[in-house]
Amino acid sequence: MAVTEHHGMEEVPELASLNMADKPDGPAAAAMVAAGIGIFVLGLLTTLAVPWTDLKDFLADFQLGQGVGPLAGKTTLTAIAFFVSWAALHYRWRDKDVDLKKMFNIGLVLGLLGALGTFPPFFERF
Amino acid sequence: MELTSRETWTIIHGLALGTFFLLAFGGGLAGLWSLRPGLVTTTGIKERMRRLYVGSSVMAGVAWLTVITGTWVVYPWYRAQLSPVGEDTYAGCAGHILPSTTCSPRDFLKSNVSGQTDNWHQFGMEWKEHVSWAAPILATAAAFLIIYYGPRLISRPWLRMAVIVMFVGAFAAAVVGGAFGAFLNKVAPIV
Repeated sequence: MAVTEHHGMEEVPELASLNMADKPDGPAAAAMVAAGIGIFVLGLLTTLAVPWTDLKDFLADFQLGQGVGPLAGKTTLTAIAFFVSWAALHYRWRDKDVDLKKMFNIGLVLGLLGALGTFPPFFERF
Repeated sequence: MELTSRETWTIIHGLALGTFFLLAFGGGLAGLWSLRPGLVTTTGIKERMRRLYVGSSVMAGVAWLTVITGTWVVYPWYRAQLSPVGEDTYAGCAGHILPSTTCSPRDFLKSNVSGQTDNWHQFGMEWKEHVSWAAPILATAAAFLIIYYGPRLISRPWLRMAVIVMFVGAFAAAVVGGAFGAFLNKVAPIV
């Protein structure tokens, strides 16, 4: 898809002399959604590990004898989810224009749900 | 005047890296906030953007270093099970007013041997150890957006505000981690 004129652009004389070409929004959307996915995975694993002891044990297997416990798996898988989803979405959207506001909102909702999942009064209910 | 290895690591994790993070955040937020039409000249834009690229990248890098050292270096000392096998979990904490070589900070807090301290662990540490990991994720994504769009952010106010939201989100997650880290190190220091 060709790069189009973006909505919300203001006329800025200071930028005219910099002669900057427009850029597709796809890579930015990928970063926004991937951040949301990463934080969502963090909250999901934190919450699910409370009632699900098999998952808790699996997450503790990531600690490599360092005494970190299940936090090792939660954070390792969170980082993997963030970087892998970012790479995949970036590849898919690298030269496309996508609805950036929609993607930001998706990332925001995922991030807020993830943050809720890390909040002790929430995850201790399970 | 000397510091033990553990004290040195808690200083690197909380004080040194935390200070760099705060400095980078303050500078980055001020730079982003004033990245508006009419406020910067063409020459000023180039200078401003160089600082923003460096500042936001440093903030993201420092955030990763902070959570990695916190999780893999300091946290194992906090949660160590020091009571001998077969004994009561908190037997090594009896009569203590601070953690010791027989009572880790987590066991000390959960044992309530020195007042009602278990909520420091159940709420403070449990929240801090998890939500802090949102900081490097948001800071990295925000740094990418700043570097990717560069001065184009000036002409797209909504996008600039979205980056600020992510930037502030990273800071908020770090504040939870940093504040509870400071309180916990006061109530139950790593020894």
